[in-house]
Amino acid sequence: MIMNTRKLMMVFAVVAALVFLSGQVMAEPTTIHWWHAMKGARGKVVDTMIKAFNDSQSEYVVVGTYKGNYDETVNAGVAAYRAKKQPHILQSFEVGTQTMMLSGAVYPVYQLMKDEGYNIDWKGYLQPVLSYYMDADGNLMSMPFNSSTPVMYYNVDLFKKAGIPMLDKEKPVTWDEMGEITAKLVKSGVQGGLTFGWQSWTQVENYSAMHNIPFASKANGYEGLDCELLINNETVVKHIAMLKDWMKDNRFFYGGQKFQGPSAEFVAQNAGVYIDSVSQIAKMQATVKDFQWDVAPMPVEAWMKDPQNSIIGGASLWVFKGHNKKDYKGVAAFLKHLATPEMQVYWHKETGYFPITLAAYEALKKEGYYKEFPYQEVGIKQLTRRDPTKVSRGLRLGYFIQIRNIINEELELVWNGTKTAQQAMDDAVKRGNQQLREFEKTYK
Amino acid sequence: MGNEIMIKRSVFTSRTLPYLLILPQVVVTLTFFYWPALQGLMQSVMRSNPFGGRSRFIWFDNFIQLFTDPLYLKSIMTTFFFSACVAAVSITLGLFIATMANRALKAKAVIRTMLIWPYAVAPAISGILWLFLLHPSYGVVSYAIKRWLGLDWNPVLDGGDALFMVTMASAWKEISYNFVFFVAGMQAIPMSLIEAAAIDGASPFRRFWTITLPLLSPTLFFVTVMNIIYSFFDTFGVIHTMTQGGPGGATNILVYKVYQDGFIGLNLGASSSQSVVLMTIIIVITVLQFKYVEKKVQYTG
Repeated sequence: MIMNTRKLMMVFAVVAALVFLSGQVMAEPTTIHWWHAMKGARGKVVDTMIKAFNDSQSEYVVVGTYKGNYDETVNAGVAAYRAKKQPHILQSFEVGTQTMMLSGAVYPVYQLMKDEGYNIDWKGYLQPVLSYYMDADGNLMSMPFNSSTPVMYYNVDLFKKAGIPMLDKEKPVTWDEMGEITAKLVKSGVQGGLTFGWQSWTQVENYSAMHNIPFASKANGYEGLDCELLINNETVVKHIAMLKDWMKDNRFFYGGQKFQGPSAEFVAQNAGVYIDSVSQIAKMQATVKDFQWDVAPMPVEAWMKDPQNSIIGGASLWVFKGHNKKDYKGVAAFLKHLATPEMQVYWHKETGYFPITLAAYEALKKEGYYKEFPYQEVGIKQLTRRDPTKVSRGLRLGYFIQIRNIINEELELVWNGTKTAQQAMDDAVKRGNQQLREFEKTYK
Repeated sequence: MGNEIMIKRSVFTSRTLPYLLILPQVVVTLTFFYWPALQGLMQSVMRSNPFGGRSRFIWFDNFIQLFTDPLYLKSIMTTFFFSACVAAVSITLGLFIATMANRALKAKAVIRTMLIWPYAVAPAISGILWLFLLHPSYGVVSYAIKRWLGLDWNPVLDGGDALFMVTMASAWKEISYNFVFFVAGMQAIPMSLIEAAAIDGASPFRRFWTITLPLLSPTLFFVTVMNIIYSFFDTFGVIHTMTQGGPGGATNILVYKVYQDGFIGLNLGASSSQSVVLMTIIIVITVLQFKYVEKKVQYTG
């Protein structure tokens, strides 16, 4: 009996020692948590990029977790931060930029990279992508991750049938020409001419940027919380009124707020032209089987001789405060890893989202990728055709999600004939400004 | 025989035991109902950064803003209208089907069971199903409506069409719920009454109108209240999958607005004050129910 007890104790001791030791060994690499909103094919690409990092070194292990769509991911981040269980990195959509910036919960990326001894030449990045996530002084607050911009898809077969020449991939058509093109399409028997997704983003935000018209005062909100919307200006109102006018003969028809409806109309060949994000390219490649399509830059007004850059949509990576120094070393190394040309080239090819560095863009050009897939370059050319101005670099608005929603609502009231373009945009400004004042009071 | 069944009365000898026994329920109720409600109440009088840290007490600013916003008032009206429509449609159809199924039919049990199925469908799924039927771009039924009936059906743009669409999707699964209660209610009505009326020469409709319906009134009232509560809250999934409150805010009911402002827009103060308003409305409805109806409702046949 005594022997047995002794033996047992020995076994216990050995087991305990082993557990303790292995625990020590196991705890060696620091774990970095990244919460993202990329599922399906994109999620797999993200996993591959993480694996490449984990395999390349042994100090850190990055763990990526899919937290649902953008809203859900941001909410998970908010809840986690309040419970002091925040991840290191959170992916947040571009409309949430102002909220994230002022949250008091983030470690600005430019600061992090500097503190960790990375001397990054931000000039080597695509400026219209960076500028969306910079503060007024040009400091990068979050790392751009998936960035897109709206372009124009068109049905090559229907264009041929209607006798319309193919569109240039660099020089945009004018809106007047679009009027003629869509008229020809309708005349040739197509149900509708043009339709578009994300109307606030494509027809108001990007329209304003490309024509260098301020969306809001204070440099689109970059220079102060006391900014006000300016989207009831003559040019924008005229554009909306023109689209409304096109509805009479179906040169334009409305397919819904997001992308599902409008893209279904294009795929079903009910619309000959469709404006939406470049990230739809992958979907077109997968779903369109019975006709040829191509991509062209978004139309601009005839008086705009040198159109400005378009602006981006998508999401960026925010680093949360509250972790220790060692963790941040790993976060910085990981962000650096994501920006390498290899990762960026891979990301662009697999998802259609832009590479964020010029080096990656050059590498893609050099290997002849754009010769093979010329339509992939339309968006990036449109995005980089001119250096961003204070007005075309992006939008920095509080409660921007609500404001977009308001613009959506008011535009729908134009499309269904309840309001004129002027009334709707005036109301959008009035309602949007209330949101801005509310936001200002919260963060003052 | 029945009188002889002994009702065993339990007597608690210990004073603390009953409290101990209800404790789990009380704890659950407190943590999952009262605690969040209290949090909501507190948030509704504050203006705060969603990440915490910066919160300021602002009295009733959030409420003042709500009730001076014409669109919020419009959202209240939309909710009441939508709710009334859902209740009316699901009660009428539920009652109609119950009357039919209550007749002497073969395979009565099977038919009844099958009629209850839609109740098991989650609102979001119901929304998706109906969207596949009624979406102007890819809906099968909408194609038929446009092609054969020649109607200009476009719920993506027309507020009336959209409201009709979400009402149908929401009412559909509630029909089954109502059906169950109506069938149970009808079985409690003595056959002799109806037979006597039939012998006196009353038509089936007259029998239904003067005998069945009045005797069903407690059930009817109960079902109405339940349907209204359902259409206030549970229809969120339907709205979310079908219209997201659009077009132009035509289907933006109160519960959806709470979600949009709070969950998506991260304006906790505004969304909490809306929840408080919503909570108040429901409390009033429930109190009315208990005061006037609960006593008359017959739960068993």
